[in-house]
Amino acid sequence: MKHIFKFAALGVLGLFMQSCGNNTESSKQGSGGLMAASAAEKVYVAPGEHDEYYGFFSGGFSGQLSVYGLPSGRMLKVIPVFSQDAEKGYGYNEETKAMLNTSYGFVPWGDLHHLDISQTNGELDGRWIFTHENNTPRVARIDLTTFETVEILEIPNSAGNHSFAITENTEYLVAGTRFSIPSPQKDMTIDEMKGNFKGPMTFVKVDQETGGMEIAFQVIMPGFSFDLAHPGRAASHGWMFATTYNSEEANTLLEVNASQNDKDYIVAVNWKKIEEYVNNGGGEMMPAEYAHNVFDHHKHSATSTMKEGIMTVNPTDVPGAIYFLPTPKSPHGCDVDPTGEYIVGSGKLAAQVTVHSFSKMLKAIEEENFIGEVYGMPVLNYDAVLAGIVEEPGLGPLHTEFDGKGNAYTTFFISSEVVKWRLSDFEILDRKPTYYSVGHLMIPGGNSQKPFGEYLVAMNKITKDRYLPTGPEMNHSAQLYDISGEKMELLLDFPTIGEPHYAAGIPADIVKQNSKKIFRLDENEHKYAVKNESETRVERDGNEVHVYMSMVRSHFAPDNIEGIKVGDKVYFHVTNLEQDFDVPHGFAMIGANTAELLVMPGGTKTLLWEPKKEGVWPLYCTDFCSALHQEMQGYVRVSPANSNVELKWSLDGES
Amino acid sequence: MKKSGILMTVGSLLLLGLFIFPLWNIQLGAPQYPDPLGMNIYIFGIEGEEEFDIQNIDGVNKYIGMKKIPKPEEMWEFEVFPLVIGGMAALGVLVGILGFFGILGPNWFLAWFILMSILGLLGMYDFNNWLLDYGTDLDPNAVIKLTDEEGNPLNYKPPLWGTDQILNFEAKSYPRTGAYLLFLGMFLTLIAFFTGRRVEKS
Ligand SMILES: [Cu+2]
Repeated sequence: MKHIFKFAALGVLGLFMQSCGNNTESSKQGSGGLMAASAAEKVYVAPGEHDEYYGFFSGGFSGQLSVYGLPSGRMLKVIPVFSQDAEKGYGYNEETKAMLNTSYGFVPWGDLHHLDISQTNGELDGRWIFTHENNTPRVARIDLTTFETVEILEIPNSAGNHSFAITENTEYLVAGTRFSIPSPQKDMTIDEMKGNFKGPMTFVKVDQETGGMEIAFQVIMPGFSFDLAHPGRAASHGWMFATTYNSEEANTLLEVNASQNDKDYIVAVNWKKIEEYVNNGGGEMMPAEYAHNVFDHHKHSATSTMKEGIMTVNPTDVPGAIYFLPTPKSPHGCDVDPTGEYIVGSGKLAAQVTVHSFSKMLKAIEEENFIGEVYGMPVLNYDAVLAGIVEEPGLGPLHTEFDGKGNAYTTFFISSEVVKWRLSDFEILDRKPTYYSVGHLMIPGGNSQKPFGEYLVAMNKITKDRYLPTGPEMNHSAQLYDISGEKMELLLDFPTIGEPHYAAGIPADIVKQNSKKIFRLDENEHKYAVKNESETRVERDGNEVHVYMSMVRSHFAPDNIEGIKVGDKVYFHVTNLEQDFDVPHGFAMIGANTAELLVMPGGTKTLLWEPKKEGVWPLYCTDFCSALHQEMQGYVRVSPANSNVELKWSLDGES
Repeated sequence: MKKSGILMTVGSLLLLGLFIFPLWNIQLGAPQYPDPLGMNIYIFGIEGEEEFDIQNIDGVNKYIGMKKIPKPEEMWEFEVFPLVIGGMAALGVLVGILGFFGILGPNWFLAWFILMSILGLLGMYDFNNWLLDYGTDLDPNAVIKLTDEEGNPLNYKPPLWGTDQILNFEAKSYPRTGAYLLFLGMFLTLIAFFTGRRVEKS
C-alpha cells in the first residue's frame, strides 16, 4: 500500500515539475509583460474547471468536425462526419459503414466546410449541428447529446455543395451548388457551359422534433457559382441570401475569367413563396438517385436508403421569389445582421465592404426598380438597395459576424486582419492583425438574433512561423480575441485540425447538461447485442460465424474460441456491458483488415475478421479501461478450411 | 397528559419516515469518481444513489474480492427491520393514545423509548457486523490482495459513521433523512415522558 502511494506521489510530483517547467519557458517567451499576463488570465481555465463556450470547428479537408473549449482553446473531441476515422472505427465497423454510402458507392473521405447550430426563434437551441460536404454533395446532422453524427443526406443534381445555412427556426437548411453542372447530368462539350449548366439550390426540410432531414425542393438556378448563404432573420425571416461568383459562367481559368465582371450578385430567395408554390402542387419531379443514411442510437447501427427523384422548381415559374442584388467583385461572405436588416456582402477582390438593406430591397421590389434581368429574374438597382459601404476597410473581405451590440467584424484575407466597424454609420472602429490570411471568423451566436459578443475566433489559412515547425505541413492557426471592450484584444493562438472553414460557438450551459454519459444497456436494440454474459455465444451459418461477445472490466466473454476455419467470415459483435461514465472498451484482432472497435458503455459494435492463416490468434482490448486492462485479451483458434474442429467457446473454462 | 400523549404519538409516527427515506448513506469518492458512487440504505434494501451505482460499486470492489452488495432477499434484516419499525411505530401510537386518555402513565413512554433504543443499538450492531463482513470476508482469489504492516489482509470496512480512506476511495458514511426522523421521533417520545411526569407530579 505504502509503495502505491509513494509511486503515486512521485507521479504527481513529476507532472507538477513538468508543468512548472513549461510555464517558465512560456512566460520567458511571452512578449509583453503585463499585457500577456492579463491575456493569459483571460484564457486560463483552471485544471478541473470547464470552459464557458463550446466551439465547433469544421475540419475542411479532414472531413471531420472538432470541438474546442473556449476561451482556453483546449481540444475536447474530434467528431468523425464525412471521413473514415480509424480511431473510433467510424466508417470501418459494420454499424457505421452505411453512414458513408452515396449514390457513387462508399466514399471514405469528405470536405467539411460550414456548420450551423440549430435555432429556435432565431436563437441557438443547441440540439444539433448541421454541416455539409463540398466534394460529394452531402449534408449531415450531429446530435449534441452524444456528439455523434446521426444522419447524412446526399444532395443529388449538385456539385461543390458550398453555400449552406439553416433558417432561424431550423425549418430548412439550404445547400447551394458551387460547381455548376448540366442539370440533369449529361454528356456534352464543356465549352457550351454558358447558359446550359445550372446551379441548383436545394432546400432540405428539417423535422422540428427529431431533426430528421429530407429534400423538400431544388430551385434550378443559373449556372453561377453559389458561394455562401445566410438566412434572413427577424424582419427578413423567410428569405435566404447567397453570394455568387463566376456570373461570367467561365469554364476554364476561372481565376481570370470569373473575375471580369465588375459586379456579381447576392441572390435573395423568398423560400416561403417557393414552399407555398410546391405545397400547392407546383414544381416538377426529376429523376435523381441519392443516399439517405441514418444512425439509430437504439440499434447502435446506421442504415442507408437509396432514394429516387427530387422535386425541382424552375425559378421563373414563381414570379417574385428571386431577385439579384448587384455586389462588387466575386463576393464570398453574405452575412445577415441580428436584426435581419443588413446583408453584408464581402467582395473578395474588392477594397470595400458592401452592405445592402433588406427594407430598401423590399421597396425596390415594390417600385420595380430593376436594371435588367438574369435568365428572366429581375436584377435590382444597386443604388436602390445599398445601405452603405465600409470604405477602405482592408483587402480581400471575406466574412462578417456580429456582436449583438451594433458592431460587425469582418475578416480580410489579403491584408490578414479583422476589422471592427459600426452598423449604424459603417465607420471603422478597430483593426487587429491575424496570423495569417484569415478566412472565416466566429462569434458564439454571431450568426443568430442573439450573439454572445464576448469572444471572436479568427481561422487562418496560413500558419508559417506561428508554432514549432513540423515539416512542410503545418496545422492551421486560429486566434481568439476578446471583443467585450471597445478595442479587440488578441488573447490566444491555437492550432486546429484540417482546414477550419468555419466554426460555430455556443454557451456551454445550453449544451452540457444534455450530454449523455452512457447508452442504456436495457435500451440496446442491436440485433447482435447481449445483455449479460450468459447470453454470449458463437453461431455458425455456413462460412459466416457470429460471435456474440461481451466486455466488462476486465475480460471478454467468451475469450477462448475454437472451431473457426480459414476462409470463414467472423463477425465479432461486441457489447460493452458497463453502465459507468467514460468506461469504453476497445477491440482489436490480429490480421483484421479494418480498424479497431471502440465501444461505449451499453453499446454494440461489429468487427469483421476473415482469417487467412491457421493458428491461434489473439484479440485484446485497446482502450486502457482498468488496472487489469493489459489482461483483457483472448484467443481464437483457426483450423484448416476442411477441418472438423468443433465450434466451442468459453470463459475461464466455462462455456 | 394530553400534550405528552400527542408528543408520544407524533414521535412514534415519525418512525414511518423510514419506509420512505433512506436510513443511511455511504458514498465512495475517488480521483476517477469525482461524482462519488453512492448507496442509500433503506430498512427494506440497498439502492444506488444513481441508477447504476450499485453495479459500479460491485464492479470496482470485485478487484479486492469484496462480495456484491446484497439484494433485499439475500439479507434477513430487510424482512425483519420493516416489521420491527412498523411494530414499534404501532406500539408507540397505541401507548400515546392510551396516555392521551390517561389510561397509561408516562413510564410507558420511557419503556417504549428504552426498548426502541435497545432495538436501535442492536440494529447498529448488526449493520456494523455486516459492514465488517463486507469489508473483510474477501474472495481468496481476488486479484488485488493487500496486507497491512503486520502482514494481515487489509480491512476494507467502510466506517459505521464518519469518513475513512479505503485505498483510493474516500468512504463517507452518514445518516440520512430516515435516520434523522427516527432520532427526532425518539427525542419527542423522551420529551413526552418528561412533560408527562411533570404533569403527574403537579
Ligand atoms: Cu477493456
